[in-house]
Amino acid sequence: MKIRFDKLGVVIALVAACGVFSSFAVLKPNRILQGQAQSILDALPSGMGWGLLLVLVMAGTAAVLRMTAWAKLIAAAAALLVLVLAMGYAATFLTPSGNSYARVSPASGFWLLLFAFALLAADAMTRLRPPPWMRILFLVIAAFGIGGVLMSGSWNGLSIMKEYSGRADVFWTEAGRHVMLALGSLAAAVAVGLPLGIFCHRFTALKDAVLNTLNLIQTIPSIALFGLLIGPLAWFAATVPGAANIGIRGIGAAPAFVALFLYSLLPVVANTVIGLAGVPREANDAARGIGMTDRQRLFDVELPLALPVILTGIRIVLVQNIGLATIAALIGGGGFGVFVFQGIGQTAMDLVLLGAVPTVAMAFAAAVVLDASIEMNFRVQNGARSA
Amino acid sequence: MIEIDAITKTYDEIAVVDDVSMVIEPRTITVVVGTSGSGKTTLLRMINRLVEPTSGEIRLDGDDNRSMPAHELRRRIGYAIQGHGLFPHRTVAQNIATVPRLLGWEKPRMDAKVAELLTLFQLEPEIFGPRYPHQLSGGQQQRVGVARALAAEPNVLLMDEPFGALDPIIRAKAQDDLLAIQKHFGTTIVLVTHDMNEAFHLANKIAVMDKGKVVQYGPPVELVRAPTTDFVKTLIGDAERPFRLLSVANAAAAVEPGEAEGEPIQEDRSQQDALAALLWSGRDALPVVSVGGKPIGRIKLSTLLKRAARLQ
Ligand SMILES: Nc1ncnc2c1ncn2[C@@H]1O[C@H](COP(=O)(O)OP(=O)(O)OP(=O)(O)O)[C@@H](O)[C@H]1O
Ligand SMILES: [Mg+2]
Repeated sequence: MKIRFDKLGVVIALVAACGVFSSFAVLKPNRILQGQAQSILDALPSGMGWGLLLVLVMAGTAAVLRMTAWAKLIAAAAALLVLVLAMGYAATFLTPSGNSYARVSPASGFWLLLFAFALLAADAMTRLRPPPWMRILFLVIAAFGIGGVLMSGSWNGLSIMKEYSGRADVFWTEAGRHVMLALGSLAAAVAVGLPLGIFCHRFTALKDAVLNTLNLIQTIPSIALFGLLIGPLAWFAATVPGAANIGIRGIGAAPAFVALFLYSLLPVVANTVIGLAGVPREANDAARGIGMTDRQRLFDVELPLALPVILTGIRIVLVQNIGLATIAALIGGGGFGVFVFQGIGQTAMDLVLLGAVPTVAMAFAAAVVLDASIEMNFRVQNGARSA
Repeated sequence: MIEIDAITKTYDEIAVVDDVSMVIEPRTITVVVGTSGSGKTTLLRMINRLVEPTSGEIRLDGDDNRSMPAHELRRRIGYAIQGHGLFPHRTVAQNIATVPRLLGWEKPRMDAKVAELLTLFQLEPEIFGPRYPHQLSGGQQQRVGVARALAAEPNVLLMDEPFGALDPIIRAKAQDDLLAIQKHFGTTIVLVTHDMNEAFHLANKIAVMDKGKVVQYGPPVELVRAPTTDFVKTLIGDAERPFRLLSVANAAAAVEPGEAEGEPIQEDRSQQDALAALLWSGRDALPVVSVGGKPIGRIKLSTLLKRAARLQ
């Protein structure tokens, strides 16, 4: 019998092998000092260490061999779960008892293993060609899985969770602000960008001017844009009555919001214009010939047909905004960036992670949800564009 | 009645419709023929103001077609666009119900109309109603396009090559259905086609367009007997002329008293069909029956041959 190999699986197994031979966890005397690297067998009680290795080798084998996507997905999920639980256990195992300064963090090997098996899971899911609702279901299961691990307290010994427990209140207020900044600026950009896009589509003379201006804004570095906004917003707060009361100032959340809003406009406007331009000419012609008013044609024919493209623009903006909102912390706008920049300031990498990991997770989840909704929308009129 | 009065449309100084005047009688079918690019579509689209004329005027029942908002005008005029133009994101049933919905019909009336039209065009309402246009064949899409134009029972119907994508059998059926619909509702139809057989089969009057001008406008017989230009002659085809003459006259018009042997022909068939039956069966005369099947006389081969000749 000839054994057949899976090409991507071999790569995944190689990455995982590197992960196994690199250090699994780091033990640091306190939260900012460099630490000692520990391999899997050092970081865990020996039975458990070998147990983990066994599971990893089995999952690696599943990756290498040609198997059904479901089998691979289950192998990957098992490996990820065991890996995460082992990390939590390593923290308790490595921390000397009674020492409240010592910190344990995941090391490069852990991240490599995490990456390898996440890739295996992603690949298996893609091969399953899950319908949109199933992708959202996977996401919900993953969210519950992660939530379960965190709630169970198994990770509480880890440095990142110690950083969290010290600032649980702040964490959730900053999370709220982050979401507000990212979603609020998106909502504002859609509210302004959609009509602007429609306008540009109808009056082509304006199109180039508007798109070029928005393009120009897109090229301004965010820090520079904040700087540029301080003056006008401070002036606005000072001159317009009531503006200061609702929180408009030269620094803080207002300029961050405005900057994110400005960055969001281009994808929204550009995709609206492209989407509307892609509406089949005959459909437009028929709509007019049949006696629709311009407004009826817009809402009944043009916007529904352009919706998948517009949603793609919104997806770009949402993911971009979730990432970009971290920068808001630089000018006192809040959000997860607060932890990132504090962490950098204190050279406490785990604090940086406390800001970065939720940001990445949020962006990822947003992308999955929006992709699924775009696809659901597109399924209804599957093949619409080729008609 | 549609009065087209000295209508001209120029694009970049070029007149694509050049000083066209014609009167289209109510409850008739007018067929516009001509080569590609001769301005047929443009002329048609000026009637419902999808194209605004550069000069001239079009009157519908005496009123300038610019005397009401364009969208209201268009809801009263059915329009089957060249190449169906169905809405890809709407089902067949929703597509057909578009104008009734705009006019605010009640749901049961709309549903009944959709089912009636789909049945008329041989599309099973339960099967085709919920489908999306991309799930239909080209010919089915075209029929749905025509059904959509007919949905609000318009007095005037503009059709731009409505049967272009249909196979000969369905096409013949669709043409007969159109004639039946036209009789039933008394619709005034202006139809554009490339197919001269279709033109002769359907038209009360034919307008021949060449380079933006209507070079001849009259009943089909007139076009065959007295073509005004070489272009019209070529379009009709020298070899086809006698048969075209016979194709536009009913068998009833050539009946004389007397009897004949063999398979009879119905009085409402064309004289061309009668000639074909005579030639094929090698007879000299053919019994003619009424639509009800009563014998009413006979048609002689010699009569038809005389009728197919230029002068009578
Ligand atoms: N919007 C426009 N701008 C410029 N020229 C146009 C426009 N619409 C039509 N034309 C030109 O007008 C002429 C007549 O076009 P029209 O569509 O009326 O032709 P047609 O007789 O319907 O042809 P076909 O049989 O191919 O459909 C063509 O030469 C075409 O290129
Ligand atoms: Mg045309």
